[in-house]
Parts: sequence; structure tokens; C-alpha cells
Amino acid sequence: MADIYLDNNATTAVDAVVVDAMLPFFTEQFGNPSSMHSFGNKVGHAIKKARKQIQSLLGAEHDSEIIFTSCGTESDSTAILSALKAQPERKEIITTTVEHPAVLTLCEYLEKDGYTVHYLKVDGRGRLDLEEYKSLLSDKVAIVSIMWANNETGTLFPVEEMAELANAAGVMFHTDAVQAVGKLPIDLKNSKIHLLSLSGHKLHAPKGIGVLYLRRGTRFRPLLRGGHQERGRRAGTENAASIVGLGMAAELAMEHMEYENTQVKAMRDRLEQGILAIVPNAFVTGNPENRLPNTANIAFEYIEGEAILLLLNKAGIAASSGSACTSGSLEPSHVMRAMGIPYTAAHGTVRFSLSRYNTMEEVERVIEAVPPIMAQLRKLSPYWGDNGPVEDPEKAFAPTYA
Amino acid sequence: MWDYSETVKEHFFNPKNAGAVENANATGEVGSISCGDALRLTLKVDPGTETIIKAGFQTFGCGSAIASSSALTEIIRGMTLDEALQVSNQDIADFLEGLPPEKMHCSVMGREALQAAVANYRGEEWSDDHEEGALICKCFAIDAVMIEDTIRANSLRTVEDVTNYTKAGGGCSSCHEGIEEILAKVLEEQGESFAAPAIATTSSPTTTTTTMTNLQRMRRIETILESIRPQLQADNGDVELVEVDGNTIYVNMTGACSGCQMASMTLGGIQQRLMEDMGEFIKVVPASQMPRTAKAGA
Repeated sequence: MADIYLDNNATTAVDAVVVDAMLPFFTEQFGNPSSMHSFGNKVGHAIKKARKQIQSLLGAEHDSEIIFTSCGTESDSTAILSALKAQPERKEIITTTVEHPAVLTLCEYLEKDGYTVHYLKVDGRGRLDLEEYKSLLSDKVAIVSIMWANNETGTLFPVEEMAELANAAGVMFHTDAVQAVGKLPIDLKNSKIHLLSLSGHKLHAPKGIGVLYLRRGTRFRPLLRGGHQERGRRAGTENAASIVGLGMAAELAMEHMEYENTQVKAMRDRLEQGILAIVPNAFVTGNPENRLPNTANIAFEYIEGEAILLLLNKAGIAASSGSACTSGSLEPSHVMRAMGIPYTAAHGTVRFSLSRYNTMEEVERVIEAVPPIMAQLRKLSPYWGDNGPVEDPEKAFAPTYA
Repeated sequence: MWDYSETVKEHFFNPKNAGAVENANATGEVGSISCGDALRLTLKVDPGTETIIKAGFQTFGCGSAIASSSALTEIIRGMTLDEALQVSNQDIADFLEGLPPEKMHCSVMGREALQAAVANYRGEEWSDDHEEGALICKCFAIDAVMIEDTIRANSLRTVEDVTNYTKAGGGCSSCHEGIEEILAKVLEEQGESFAAPAIATTSSPTTTTTTMTNLQRMRRIETILESIRPQLQADNGDVELVEVDGNTIYVNMTGACSGCQMASMTLGGIQQRLMEDMGEFIKVVPASQMPRTAKAGA
């Protein structure tokens, strides 16, 4: 039986149609789009088409608002550093405690350079307090950077509303939307979002291609200067094949938007209910009422995520975890900690993220495979007795921590 | 995904001595504050001989924490308590045929559980003297606390000092930013500021004019390599001289050294040693990268 891939928030398979669209650009269509001859001209036209396809997926007003970059991280860095450079008198940034490291690590670095970063807290279900947000908006803030959907829990932030508030206060608004684009309908022209990052490989395009959406009229300072590519806003010869691939992937995402929000969602719900019905001491993290259709993040108490993943992998199932041990960092997921999930549960969180390539039959196989794995690991756990957690587990096992 | 050895996988998928020992008379419960993993070790000790008859573990932790626990119980069964106390975390890691640097603390936890269990048996209070911080140097598994303490104790001022005292930063050098940050923090506490040289000051070889003949020079290189080999062989590896082309020396890394992630570091070490001994600039390159003409003996 083929392995089951449920780690689509990490990366996705490149759609076969996307690969077909890309292939000519490695061979006969090798020209530099900046060249005057026909070799370059054809590639230039293909890039133009891709730009339109992405404009349409994002609902952007102009195709010139689409800037191709190398990845989501580059788009995030470009957006935030541009806002600081363009408005040197503004020394504050607003973001959240649960952002992706692409934003969080940059902000922590900027703090060392003397910038003040406000990290919005979340509640137990990963929701923001908009009153706290409103109180921080001022003419000292250079940019607000808020993720559209959380990569671990899939929880959605009200970015459209937050962008309205920022705009009214005269503050630039950026959203890291790498998990949202392709899974949720987006209509930027009717929003006040100034900048948006997306990443190709999260929506069945290849790795190494991203986009920064830049609303017309937003003050901008490029990260990379050099040639006139992307109207001088992102120098460097275009990654033509990947740009063409991303354009095709954007078109396919539009076609499958309905499917994603009905069929994929139904598979996710079945997976979640199927597992929770059998495995005790497990719960969904984040906000189940307001999240991506493809993501289920389940905390399995008293066992550790990496151990779970190794056994899942042995059973031919690929997922990911928020445990400290899977990342090489020492702390369990900052997202789980921000939501106040206790160590004994945060360690055992497993993220199942689906795509349109999964099937209900695969989901049923996973529902069957998961319970014995959890039981096997709990048998080893000092918090677990014969038929459930030991009485008062935190007291019954209280090791000396060092 | 972690590159776990087959032995680690074996002890994770089929752990030995899992569960609590019945009628145990020694228990050690420890956890790693840094990663949140925790372990309970239970022993049945023969009071007459102080020999460990049975050992069992319960672990809340990752694959290598479970494997380390399993390995520990296998190692100490049949030992006296005093013998068992000699077991180091490196012994546990060696038993498992190595752990990734990020995972060495799992083996430390195993050794601490053992110390705690022995203290429990003897009616003593076990206290831990080991504090763990974020991992800075991945090549040599050195954490922030260790670096900070060493800087304080020895009034270190540069990244090079830190490398000399702790080994941290002596491998791939990508952690130098992190080491500089710790230096800056400690020096600031002492009312000083950290000033890094613009370009890393690696000990530059002194240019003594070589009056050796080609043959003498090659023999000298061979002698130096010979003196390094025992260390490599101790790690089941080896090095062999293939060709000398001016300042470039081609070698073959064999055994455990070939394909090992430390291979490039080992090459760097060999190069450093050759430069010091020969007093000239030398580049050590794997023979696989030798140009074809040189290979043909041209």
C-alpha cells in the first residue's frame, strides 16, 4: 500500500499539470525574459500570463501589484524591512506571539537594532484580543504583520478587519498568507491589506518561488537592488520555470477552491472525529470553529510527538508535530505555549494537514492505525496506568527537572 | 528527519525493560527542563551485593529518549551500584552507536536518572549540578550555559577563546554569531564591550622557506598523517595519502570517516595540523575531487 501524506502544511506535491507547464522552460524556452530576441520574448509573455493568474487568485486590482520572490520568507523580510526603511521615523512593529519564524525571528533580530516589537497574545483557542491591538496602533508603528492562518493549528486571524483598523490609523498592514492562499477565497482589491506573502510550494507549485503582493501606492524600498526585473522592486533574473508553474498552480487552486472547502474539509472532519472517538485523553488545539479546511491539530496527552511520528512513519503515514524534539529546538511549539497548552499535552501534538490528493479511504486507514500507536507509547509513559492516566498524573510523577 | 542509527531505531521500536520493576527498591525520577522529556527508572537491587538484578524504565519523551532509557537499563543490569555510577552519558550514546548532537541531552537524562535512583536506594538526597541551555554549537554539542560559564570563569574575550576552551565554534563556524551574542552579553555585564575583529583570525601559518626536496617533503607529510591515524582509527575511520600536488594534498577518508557528517571537519583538522607542522599553507582535499589529469599521475 502506498504511503499516506498528511503533511501538506509543510509542503505539497507539485501537481502533474504544473510540472507539464514548467518543463518547456528548462529546455527550448530557456531565454532571459529581459532579452530583445524571440527567445526572451516568449518567456516574457509566459511570465506575464503567470502574473495574471496570480492576480486573479488573490483578487488583486492590478497585475503589477504581484512581485515574484524566491520564497515566503523573502516576501516577509522584504515587506517588514521595506516598511522600516521607507518610514525611518517609525520604530515600532505589531505582530503576534504565534507567527511563523520567518516573521518572528526577524522581529527578534530587529529588537536588537533598537526597534520595539509588540507581540499580540492569544487565548487558549489561539484567538487575538482586538482591543489590545487597537490600543497599540499609533503613528509610531511602521508596520503590522499578522498571519492569515496559523501553520500549526490552521486557526484564522481576522486580517481583513485588522487591516481596516490599521489603514484607518495610517499604518501599513502586511499578512503572511502562505497557509491561506489556495485554501481560502481571497479578494485583496476589496480589502485594506497593503502587503501579502505567499509561497508556491504550499499550493502544489514547486519550492523556491514566492510572491509579495504590494498594493499600488504603498511606499516601498526593495530588499535586492540591481537589474530592472519586477519593475526594479526585486532585482535578479526571473525564475521563469517556477513562475510559470506557480501561475498554473494558482489557476488550479481557483478551480479546486470549492472542493477544498467541502470535500477536503469533510475528510479532515472525519479524520478528527474518527480519532477522537477512539483515543482517550486527546483534544483538538486552536479554534475548531474558525480554521483552515485542511488542518487538524490533535494533542495526545502524556506521550511525545516525535515518538508518535516515528511510529506513524513506520506505518506509512506522514504527519508533523509541535514537540520540541522534532525541531531540534529545546522548547515545544511556541504556538502551543502561547495558547497555554500544558507541557504534557503540547509535547504530544500532531498536525495532520490534508490536500485534494488525499482520499477518504486513506483517512479510514489512518483512523485505524492511530489508536494502537498511542496505546503503545502510553504503555511506556510514567503518566499512564493500566487503563488510563494514573490518578492525579502531575503529582504521581513529579520528576526533578534539570 | 533525524539520522538515527539502526541501534537507536531498534531500541525505540522494540524497547527493552519497559515498564516499572515490581517490588523495586530504588527509584529515580528526572526530567530535562529544556525539552520537557522525563523518565522514571526503577531498580531491584540485591541488598547483599548491591547488584542491580532488574532495571525498568517509563519514559515520556522522544525516540532517542526512549532508546537511551532502554540502552541504560541494558547496560546496568548485573552491575553493582558503584559500577553503574561509572556509566557516563557518552557510554549510553556509544551503546546506541551515536546520537545526533541535538539529542545528547537524552543520554544525559538517562545517567541522571541512574544517579537519582542510586541516591534513593542509599537514602541520600540527589541534587543535580548540571544546567542545560539552548544548543549553540551543533558540531560539538555545546550549549549556551556551558559557553557562558566558561567565558565567566576564564575571562574570555573572543570567539577564538571560546573555541579553544569549549570546542564550540571549532567546526562549521555557523554558530559564531550565537557565540558573539553570548560574549557581548557577558562582557556587557562586566562593564566592557565586545569588539570582534573584522576577519576571523585563524592562526596563519608562518611562511618558513622550505629547503626540503620533494621526496623529503612527501615523506614528512606521510609521517604527520601516520601520527594522526591512530585517533581516526579509534573512531573506526582512517585516512590515506593519495597525491601531493604543490600545496594541495589529496587524501582518501575511509571507514567510519567516509561519508560521516564530520568528515569535512576532520579534513579541516588534518589540514590545520599539516600547516602547523610543515609551516606552509596547505589545502587538504578529498581524493574524489582530484582533477583527472592528476589522478592519471600526470
